Amino acid sequence: MIVLENLRKTYATPERVSHALAGVSLRIDRGEIFGIIGRSGAGKSTLIRMLNLLERPTEGRVVINDQEITALGDAELRTFRQSVGMVFQHFNLLSSRTVRDNVCFPLRLAGMNRRQQLERAAEVLALVGLSDHADKYPRQLSGGQQQRVGIARALASKPQLLLCDEATSALDPETTQSILRLLVDINRNLGLTIVLITHSMDVIRSVCDRVAVIDAGQIVEHGDVLDVFLHPQHPVTQSLLSESGMDAEGWREMADGMEGTLLRLSFRGPSILRPLLSQVSRDLGVDLSILQGSVGRIKDTPYGQLVVAVQGEAQACARLPAVLRENGVECEELHQ
Amino acid sequence: MNFGNIDWLLIGEATVDTLLMTGFSLLFTVVIGLPLGIVLFLTSPRQMLENTPVYQVLSFIVNVLRSVPFLILLIVMIPFTRMVAGTSLGVEGAIPPLVASAAPFFARLVENVLRELDPGVSEACRAMGANSRQTVLLALLPEAMTGIVAAVIVTAIALVGYSAMSGVIGGGGLGDLALRFGYQRYQTDVMIVTVVILVIMVQLLQVFGDRLVARLNRK
Repeated sequence: MIVLENLRKTYATPERVSHALAGVSLRIDRGEIFGIIGRSGAGKSTLIRMLNLLERPTEGRVVINDQEITALGDAELRTFRQSVGMVFQHFNLLSSRTVRDNVCFPLRLAGMNRRQQLERAAEVLALVGLSDHADKYPRQLSGGQQQRVGIARALASKPQLLLCDEATSALDPETTQSILRLLVDINRNLGLTIVLITHSMDVIRSVCDRVAVIDAGQIVEHGDVLDVFLHPQHPVTQSLLSESGMDAEGWREMADGMEGTLLRLSFRGPSILRPLLSQVSRDLGVDLSILQGSVGRIKDTPYGQLVVAVQGEAQACARLPAVLRENGVECEELHQ
Repeated sequence: MNFGNIDWLLIGEATVDTLLMTGFSLLFTVVIGLPLGIVLFLTSPRQMLENTPVYQVLSFIVNVLRSVPFLILLIVMIPFTRMVAGTSLGVEGAIPPLVASAAPFFARLVENVLRELDPGVSEACRAMGANSRQTVLLALLPEAMTGIVAAVIVTAIALVGYSAMSGVIGGGGLGDLALRFGYQRYQTDVMIVTVVILVIMVQLLQVFGDRLVARLNRK
């Protein structure tokens, strides 16, 4: 488990003092995929670098598995870093070494003998599906393949924690999906904790269990990905969502001049598959028109969110929210 | 002009002398300049072993040696050259000033090659728990190899030119020959032959160097 306590990072220049991080506290559980999202300059890059102390906080503590990282000496810190894998946006592979030797590199640093290095390299290269490319040089591979090498290298020393610094930001959409699937597989099969930073809500939606939204060096919102997606509280979260096509406010235009009660219905899990709306509409004798909606998947959980206008007899309309809630649908009345 | 009068034996000896001067100077230049360049890089601002006093002192010495004209350096260094090489004449006498002039030049080239490397490589090394020695020896130097080889070739060519100048203090070699026969005795034919040989030497170095760099780059 990772505990971040009141992390601050300030840069003092003669002109002014700037806060890259202004008091960040977070808890990340063992085995989860935790996403940190924010715009460029929000501080996410500084934050992830504090988990292996590539950047030292000006103030605050980092505790990982009961070990206070911020209190370690140089030599202990280097040993600790060998137990944390890191994957980079631009891969940061050694262009002068083959794929195999890139993967062996951290093992060599850890003092493993050559035969064991090669065995382990073969294992992780098989895991990321690059066994056939072991003798190639990084520049002979595509971006996605290079990132797989980066992931293999990060996994070589059997870390408990994997840090992904914008790991898919330099890749095309299709390759991004395959790298994200690989990360989810690794998380499941190896029980590895993954912390990733990204500026894309799609990345968060495809892989993360929990998410924190960072803005101006502070965590403005955090929680289960489903909750944050269905009920974003902070304006930054809302605008990040609307940029990835999940606009929570689009119904307003449609609802202009519409009669009846407006409801936002959120449902998650298997209930999404039941013909609930048509049932209640029949049973209560109300008419529903859909003003906005999205149905999809967040990681493995199907979810949906609809904004509907309800028309019908006043009594029936009033009963509708309760009936929907009984069926596991969250219901929220909206006002124009 | 009569090329029939040229003493080819003398030319042959002078060519060997120039090769010896350039070769040994290059060897010592790399031995001294490579570590110097690495230290310059590592102690410079925002690098692994950032150390402003060390960087500024080294940088100052390098700049001084680079700004003294080689001909002056050659003369100023005579007492020191006697101490190190036992003589200030001939091939041995030319090597210390050649190294003193080329090593700082080469060190700067190495510093720049290292600075041009993607900083992501150093960051990845740190993240994997490498110390600075491991980062330099196992990652940065192999990554910089192409650039360093190119720097060696540039330095070697500069040394061929400088070694010709050492003829002024009796340094031997092709430059000496050109000066004594070509200039002082008006034997233009000797002058032309030495210049042609120097041009061929530089050409060969460049072609060989380019091939080596291309081969390293193919990886």
